[in-house]
Order: sequence, then structure tokens, then C-alpha cells
Amino acid sequence: MQNSAQGIKGDAIFRGFTLLLACSIIVILLLMTAEMVKESLPAISRFGWRFISGSTWDAVQEEFASLPYLYGSIVSSILAILLATPLSIGTALFITELAPRKVGAATAALVELLAAIPSVIYGLWGILVMTPWLQSTIQPFLIEHFGFLPFFRGAPYGVSMLAAVFILMIMIVPIITSITKEVLMAVPSSQKEAAIALGATRWEMIRMAVLPYGRSGILGAVILGLGRAIGETMAVTMVIGNTPKISLSLLSPAYTMPSVIANEFAETTTKMHASALMEIGLILLFVTLVINFLARMLLWSVTRKWKGGVA
Amino acid sequence: MFSTIRKTVLTLALLASVCVAGQASAETLINGAGATFPYPLYSKWFSEYAKIDTSVKFNYQSIGSGGGIKQITAGTVDFGASDKFLSDAELKAAPGKLLHIPTVMGAVVVTYNLPGVHKGLKLRSSDVADIFLGKITKWNDKRIADDNPGVKLPNESIIVVHRSDGSGTTSIFTDYLSSVNQEWHGKVGKGASVNWPIGLGGKGNEGVAGQIKNTKNSIGYVELAYAFENKLPYATLMNKNGKFVEPSIKTTSAAAAGAVKHMPADYRVSLVNQPGDDAYPIVGFTWLVVYEHQKDAVKGKKLVEFLNWELHKGQKMAAGMLYAPLPAPVVKMVEKTIKTIKH
Amino acid sequence: MILRSITLRRTANLSATLLMGGATLLVLLPLIIIFYHIVKMGISSISLDFFTQIPKPTGEAGGGMANGIAGSAIMIGMASLVGLPIGIFGAVYLTEYGTGKLATAIRFCADVLSGIPSIITGMVAYSMLVVPLKGFSALAGSFALSLIMIPIVLRTTEEQLKMVPATLREASLALGVPLWRTSIKVTLRSALTGVITGVLLAIARVAGETAPLLFTALGNQFWSKKLTEPMAALPLQIFNFAISPYEDWHRLAWAGALVLVVLMFGLSLAARWLGRSKHS
Repeated sequence: MQNSAQGIKGDAIFRGFTLLLACSIIVILLLMTAEMVKESLPAISRFGWRFISGSTWDAVQEEFASLPYLYGSIVSSILAILLATPLSIGTALFITELAPRKVGAATAALVELLAAIPSVIYGLWGILVMTPWLQSTIQPFLIEHFGFLPFFRGAPYGVSMLAAVFILMIMIVPIITSITKEVLMAVPSSQKEAAIALGATRWEMIRMAVLPYGRSGILGAVILGLGRAIGETMAVTMVIGNTPKISLSLLSPAYTMPSVIANEFAETTTKMHASALMEIGLILLFVTLVINFLARMLLWSVTRKWKGGVA
Repeated sequence: MFSTIRKTVLTLALLASVCVAGQASAETLINGAGATFPYPLYSKWFSEYAKIDTSVKFNYQSIGSGGGIKQITAGTVDFGASDKFLSDAELKAAPGKLLHIPTVMGAVVVTYNLPGVHKGLKLRSSDVADIFLGKITKWNDKRIADDNPGVKLPNESIIVVHRSDGSGTTSIFTDYLSSVNQEWHGKVGKGASVNWPIGLGGKGNEGVAGQIKNTKNSIGYVELAYAFENKLPYATLMNKNGKFVEPSIKTTSAAAAGAVKHMPADYRVSLVNQPGDDAYPIVGFTWLVVYEHQKDAVKGKKLVEFLNWELHKGQKMAAGMLYAPLPAPVVKMVEKTIKTIKH
Repeated sequence: MILRSITLRRTANLSATLLMGGATLLVLLPLIIIFYHIVKMGISSISLDFFTQIPKPTGEAGGGMANGIAGSAIMIGMASLVGLPIGIFGAVYLTEYGTGKLATAIRFCADVLSGIPSIITGMVAYSMLVVPLKGFSALAGSFALSLIMIPIVLRTTEEQLKMVPATLREASLALGVPLWRTSIKVTLRSALTGVITGVLLAIARVAGETAPLLFTALGNQFWSKKLTEPMAALPLQIFNFAISPYEDWHRLAWAGALVLVVLMFGLSLAARWLGRSKHS
């Protein structure tokens, strides 16, 4: 033990060094928030609450308000989540409870690979394949048969809120599915076996033993998917039509918070324009922080050894 | 604390760049950004010029005129490009004196994707304004049909496409709409980005052309070259003299004929809705925007060499790409302006 | 529990089964269609030129994305230089000393951070580097990418390090080897394949990032000579070409998408394979 003193000193240095690097995470988070707040201040002090309640976005008059972007982000994400959630839970159940082991594993692997496809590629497909198809088939159909509803009024633009909802749904399904799958796999098999032993059918077993146990975890997965949908930038920018207007119709073009940043930030002409975009970024940051905070709380409560980097 | 972190990041970044600066070659890179309107021609110029002077490369990002004005004002690029001239306030906001160097003239065309109508749709200026105001919503509207006897117009909704970014093309187009339609003038006005009453946004001339190509029954406005390159049809518009005029190099030059006589020394002039039987109504100059005092002597010298090249040799390529070359008196003026650039 | 008729229960079971199977099909269908298009359009558009040429001016046929591929590689490389050590050693801290509240906070922040939209990272990099340096640059792009990388590497590496049997480390410590040497020589080394898995996954994640590069690296039609200049990147080029009207550029975009997807899948598969061979 002659080198123990040296060892202890080395340990202290090593501990300090690694601690410093680990803490960089917290620093980055604080730094990002501070930076966004600082850059948004001119817009915040100039427009106040009007920035959230108003709907004028006029770079010529330097009058900025973000309601159409908030509306577009919220509506597109919520609708996408509503469509994606049942599909994802169904798929996750199929993988964990229903499919033969090999089929389940293959499906899971496929879903995970698809979660890795970059957003810009979904956008490429969306703009060159999906929107022309929507314009020539789905949208005329909706207008003709459901045009009496305010949701399906107007001209078939192709690029639209509807296109954004579809592309978001396709993109977040793999994420929700793979996290739900992890949650379901954490359900103790004793629970399931007990249900089966009592003579439950497979569905009854899922309903009584699996779903109640995984409820908060699945909720966490869905909320995480919501966060992803709200922050999704490239694919949505390419298919939503970039029009800051609030319209009930899903066929109308719309705009989202990340999209307006992507389109305008590099080419703002005035400081106020840049600051207004920064404030939109700040709202986006705040919303996604809250959402991710909630989701992680829920997921952590399910399993302490939660895998990092899943989403 | 955060300012310290900022500084640290910045210092590290600079250190990293110094480390690699050693391997940087003698080649000068001149960065520019701005208008998408002349981008097809500029990209041709820069790739030709790279063959003539191998010691310099021009990197041009077509991010829109609004972006070009911002970048040159902030000094993040060596030259800006815009097809909307800077206002007095914008000129004042720049840290140094900015010069407008007109390069070519171009026409903004009203382009459309209408199955069955592959050519020569005729539109009155007031109808164009009403379409973009959302007051004419169907292709077979009587007002359009009356000017197009014999053309089979479908009973479909008109899908309006406009620019989503700050754009000189938009500035020229809305300048035109404002000058031909009172309602547009009062409700929307002119500018690089305006509050569109209707329609969907595309990013850049490329984005609008792409969107129109992708979307049946759509209408939008792009620079002539974009419509031509993409085989998109464009409308024949009625001009100030009440004649239907097709956009071309000839009709673009005709629009400039009158304005040239009263060319201001800083070239800040609008060419829309000019009189003359042959004058196409939506025409504009496009400018490079550079500082009179170039900070970097090498870059400044290369930039001036390029400007002289484009003013003479470059002009000859313009027609091939559907831009109208500068009228001879303007070339003479620009020669003198380029001489005032100090480096 | 109220006993219901067995037929009713069987019907419920059958319909639930069908619904789950149907959901799976509905999920996989669009994904398979997308994949089909990428492969079909990509293969018909890709050529040797794609890897050796830079994009041609608009309207001219041919050209490639060589500068984009190189730009992506350079920026990912630089981001890795900063991001990987921070992530990996941060993970060592969490594994070796991470029991307190601070460690929990760090883990939590990392999870939350990885859910923040990457476009915000781009805005932060813009105001921290692009504005003061007076220009878009590869440097700013790399900085943004490294910010995205750090939390991912940290969490995946920690997972892998945790799997190293305690007995191995205890044996090393019992031999009088200081903890820090044990960490590096025993823990990190025996988890090496696991750590590499995490690194591959992190690289796969940032390789496709477009939003943070929009106003940091900006893009470049030519080769970049300096890190303080704008630089092309593959995902950026795919974006710009996809929204353009030119068919030639669309073809390049599809080819780029195929290359990116193959790269992604290659990295993911390699990561899976490494992860599996280690733990089975």
C-alpha cells in the first residue's frame, strides 16, 4: 500500500476531472436557456404578452406576434399524437405479447432502425411523394365527402396541416413504439403468468396485468413523442406550406414554431426580427423542457435503470 | 459566469481555427449571400470565373434578398445581393458606405401549373391582383375566361403560391401589384415580405417553382429563368399601355428604356409598370451590394476584378439565361462606380 | 370478476389480436413505402460522380455531393473530438461516483437535454459563434453538433459501463490499483465495445441532423478550405435540393438520402452487433 497516498491524490484529481465533464450537461442546459432568454429580451420587452396573443407577423412594419405558429405547432402535434398513440401501443403489444419471439424481434429491430432515419429524409419523401399524392387523391375525396365540415374546407393544396400531421405521425410512431416496448418488457412476468393461470385470455391478460402496470410508462412515452413532434423541424417545414394563418381547415397550409425559425432565422433583416424568432425559440425551449421533464419523471418512475439515448 | 463560458467557447473555437489555418491554401474565398432571383446566372458566373482566375472562389448562398441585406450589414459576408434596393434607413444602419452595383435586369413572371393550359394564359393586371387577394378563386372565373377565349379553363380552385422568405422578387412583384391595384396598395402594400391574404409559402424562387411544379392548379411568381428552366408556363400580362406582353429579354429591356434616361447615381430605381407598348410590367434590376471601403485588400482587389469581368464578359452570358443585360449607358455609369471602390 | 360468456371473451380476444396486428401493419406500411422510394430513387440516381463531384450549377446535368459528404465527415469528426471525451468521462463519473443528488440531476438533465429540438441548439451556436466570429463556419456547425452529441454519449456509455461486473472492479481495487486507474484500465476497457456502441449511435444521430446546421455551417457549393468558412453538409444539401424545382437536384437528393440511410443503418447494425456479441 505504499502508493496509496499517490493513489488517493490521483483519485481526487480523477474524480474532479470527470465531475467537471459530467457537470457540463447542466452547464449546457443552463447556458442554452440563458442564451435564448438574453437574445429574446428585446422582443419580450417590446411586445410583452401581445407576442403570444396576437397574430401579425410583419417584418416590414416590425410587428411580431406568434399565435399562428403556436397554433400550428400545437394542432399538428396533438393530432399526430392522437393518431400515433393507438398505433404505437398496438404495435408494442404485438411485439411483446403477441408475435412469436422471432417475428417480434424483427419487427422491433425494423421499428428501431426507422426511428433512426433523419428528419430531412422524411421531408424529402413528404414533399416529393406524399404531398402530390394527397393533393390528387385524399384531399379531393375529403373535400367532396366531408366538405360540409369546417375541417375539410378549401382548395386541395397538397402541402397543408394534414400533410404535416401525417408526416409527424409516421415519424413519431417508431419512437413511441420502441419506448412503450421497453416499458412493457419491464412488466414482471409473474403478473402475466398469474393472469394466464387464472384462465384469462391473452387480451384479458394484457388488459388486467400488462396495461395497468405500464400505464405511467406508456404515458411517458406518449408525452416524449409529443415533445418530439413539437420540436420536429425539417420534415414539417417541407410539407406544411409555410403560411402563418390560423384556419380550422386541415387542408389549409399552416406554419409551426420550428419551421418559421428554420425559414427566417438566417435571413432576418432587423435585430427585432431576429429577437422575435429567438423568443419563438425560447417558447419552444420552454414547452419542450416542460414536456421532457414530465415524460422523464413518468418514465423514471417505471424503471430506475432507464436506458439513456432512447429518444 | 455565462459570459466567461461564452468567451471560453469563442477562444477555443478561434484556437481551433488557427490550428488549421496553417494548412489553408493561397486561394481566396469570397463569400456572398442574398437574392435567389439572379442565382442561376450568378452560379454560372462564379463557376466560369473560377476557371479564369483560379486563385479565387466565390461562394454564393441564395438565401433571399432580405438575408443578403442583413448579412452585408452585419459584415458576415463580403458582398450582398438583392433585387430590392436598400432604403435610406437600411443604408444608415450599415457600418460603412454601401454601393449598389446593378448586374442585370430580370422579369418576374406569373407562372402556373394548369393541366391542359401549357402556354400563354392571358391575365390583366387587375385580375392578377384579385387572384393574390383571394377575390378570384376559381380558374374558370369569368374575368379570366373573358381574356382567354378558346382556352379550356378547369372548374378548380386556384392555389396561390408565394414566397415565405424575405425576397426581392416579392418586393418587385408587390411593387407591381401596389401600382396596379388600389386595394392591394391599401391592404397589403409592397415589401420584401408582406402579409399575404391567401396562399402557401415556398422558400426562395426555387421553393416557389418547386411548389408550383408539385401542385396542380397552382399559380405563383418567380424570376423568368426559373420558369423557363423548369418548363413551367407563364402568363402574358397586360401592360400600362393596355397591350398583352409576353415576358422576354426584349420586353424586359423595353421596360428599362424609359428609366435609363433618369438613372439616379446610386441606381436605386424601380422599373415596374413602365409605359411603352413593348414594356413587360414586372421588371427589376438586381444589385450586388458592396462596401465602398474594402477591409481586406486581397479580397477587395479580387472582388473589383470580378465586377469588371461580369460587367463586360459576364453580361454576354446573361441573355442565354434569360436575364436582360444592362443598357449601354448604365454599363458606362457602373464602370465609374466600380472605380470608386477602395481596397 | 363477473364471468362473461366464453364466446364473448373469445371474440374480444380475437378482435384485440386483430387490432394489434392491424396496428403493426399500419405502422410498417408507410415506413416500407418510404424505404422503397428511397432505395428505388436512390439506386437509379447514384453513380461514381455522386461521391467525387461537387454540385453543378442549376440546369446542368450531373454533379455529385462530394463536398457535402466530406463536410459532414469533418464536422462530425470535430464534434466527436469535443463531445466524445466529455460524454465518456462524464459517464465514468456517474458510474464510479454517481450516487448522490448531483448525479441524479446530471442524468435527468442529460435525458431532458436530448429531447430539446436541435434547431434551438443551432440558434444558440449562432449567437455564440456565428455572430462574434462574423460569419457562418464549419466551426459553429461542429459546436452545435457536439452539444447534441454529449448527452447521448453520456447516457449510452453509462448504461454500458454499468454492465461491467462489480467483481472485476473489486478485484482490481483489492490489488491496490487506485480507483482512477481501475476506471480507465478495467472498467472502460472491459466495456470498450459497449462504449463504441454508444459512440456509433451518437454519430448516427448527429449525421442526419439538418436543423442545427442551417444557420451555423450554412452550406457551400464548393470545397471549403478553412474551418472558419461556411461548409457543405450532406443533410443540408438534401434539404436544399429537395425543395428546389430541378429534377437533377431531386435525383441528387434521393441519392444523398440513400447514402445517409445506408450509413445510418450500417452504424445502427454495427452498434447492435457489437452490443450483442458482448452480452450473449
